[in-house]
Amino acid sequence: MSLPSCLRSGIERRALGAGLLAVALLRPARAERPGLREAVLGFTGGAEPAEGGVTLDIPPLVENGNTVPVTIAVESPMTEEAHVRRIALFNERNPQPHVVTARLGPRAGRARLSTRMRLATSQRLVAVAEMSDGSFRSANADVIVTLAACVES
Amino acid sequence: MARVLINLPRTARRGEVVEIRTLIQHVMETGYRPGADGVVAPRDIITGFTCVYNNEEVFAAELAPAIAANPFLSFSLVAAESGILAFTWTGDNGFEQTETRSLTVT
Amino acid sequence: MRRLLPLLLLLGAVAEARESGFALMSPETQAMQRDDDANPAMLWVEEGRALWESAGCSGCHGDVAGMRGVAARYPAFDAAGGGPVDLAGRIAQCQEARQHRMPFARESGEALALAALVGLQSRGMPISPPEDPRLAPALARGEALYRERRGQLDLSCGQCHDENAGRRLAGSPIPEAHPTGYPLYRLEWQGMGSLQRRLRNCMTGVRSEPYAYGAPEYVAIELFLMRRAAGMALETPAVRP
Repeated sequence: MSLPSCLRSGIERRALGAGLLAVALLRPARAERPGLREAVLGFTGGAEPAEGGVTLDIPPLVENGNTVPVTIAVESPMTEEAHVRRIALFNERNPQPHVVTARLGPRAGRARLSTRMRLATSQRLVAVAEMSDGSFRSANADVIVTLAACVES
Repeated sequence: MARVLINLPRTARRGEVVEIRTLIQHVMETGYRPGADGVVAPRDIITGFTCVYNNEEVFAAELAPAIAANPFLSFSLVAAESGILAFTWTGDNGFEQTETRSLTVT
Repeated sequence: MRRLLPLLLLLGAVAEARESGFALMSPETQAMQRDDDANPAMLWVEEGRALWESAGCSGCHGDVAGMRGVAARYPAFDAAGGGPVDLAGRIAQCQEARQHRMPFARESGEALALAALVGLQSRGMPISPPEDPRLAPALARGEALYRERRGQLDLSCGQCHDENAGRRLAGSPIPEAHPTGYPLYRLEWQGMGSLQRRLRNCMTGVRSEPYAYGAPEYVAIELFLMRRAAGMALETPAVRP
């Protein structure tokens, strides 16, 4: 016996909805977020970034995820003809995928950015650079956040 | 006014690439964190930063809640001519602060 | 000199036997503390500098550089209170008694900023607890509190910080609990905090009821810890994970 497809999908949707609701009730702070790849492709407009030419420097083992130093450097002469336009950083497992996007140009002299970020848990990060010729390059890094014993409650 | 630390050399040679480091006091409340009463604190973050060198933007950044409290940003610029650098942070709840520093190019 | 050498070696060994929590930190966190332009605690120091003028401290004390060495000598005996007073308590007392104003609340941004500024003036100096016999009862009380088992976990400070220092609790190394860098910027707090905040944190950690801010028990424990850390260099304002 098979149900009409419209009805079947309605039931499935309701079941899915109830599941999502349960998840939402259990973990109100973790709504659905775009995946890491989706976030990267959103930045590049669908283009697949080429690996290489980007350095993503972050400690592989982090003692506190609240303040993690991260540096992104892109190989580029940073001239009018050939420079980096934007550098973005995305994460895999924070509530939102975006960390930072920098806008720069030849007057920056060097395509390098340092900041400090939050890591909700161990995860992968991807840095993407948009070059002045419209191409994209990327680098990724995996970070382990160790379990802290003495967190303030 | 939030406290700000900006580190850059006072003088540079023409064409030299100068490193700039900035820190600003800000909680960067993510909007995901429940307080002691269980109520999630609303998002309150710095969302934007610009560095304008003699009226031309040389570096800008969009910040997400994943940036740590008291945001640190380090970047560089080419010392082209003596002048003023203006650093502006903008954010939620109408946050806006601008600091200026002078750079002498020899 | 030859006769002095064994003594010097011995002193060196004693000094080496104690280790600041700085040594246990990742190179990245150490770098954050070492570099004043990258150390977020310096934002509070800057605020302290502004307060030093606007809150009137400079009217009596002049340039804050004159406070060099002060933080290394606290807690000190306070004749009015008949017991030890910590640096934050002294600043509050000064505001109340000499300026006739409401002191900045303990753990407020202003109080931490002033304590950080004053602490910075002694950075690098050895911790030098005052040799004052009137402090003896509080010192003994502080040590007793440090050795006393407490909370649902039934743990004393010393069971972690003496007997198990250097080992790990979950992913974190257990430091020797030398208060060399307070007030400090703790990554866990995402901000500045005092030794009392850290002690409260440990107390709730072992599931015991923490004392209220400013309680004499904290000052007694600090007195003992500073004696225990005598000779170690002050790091204020430190960074810790």
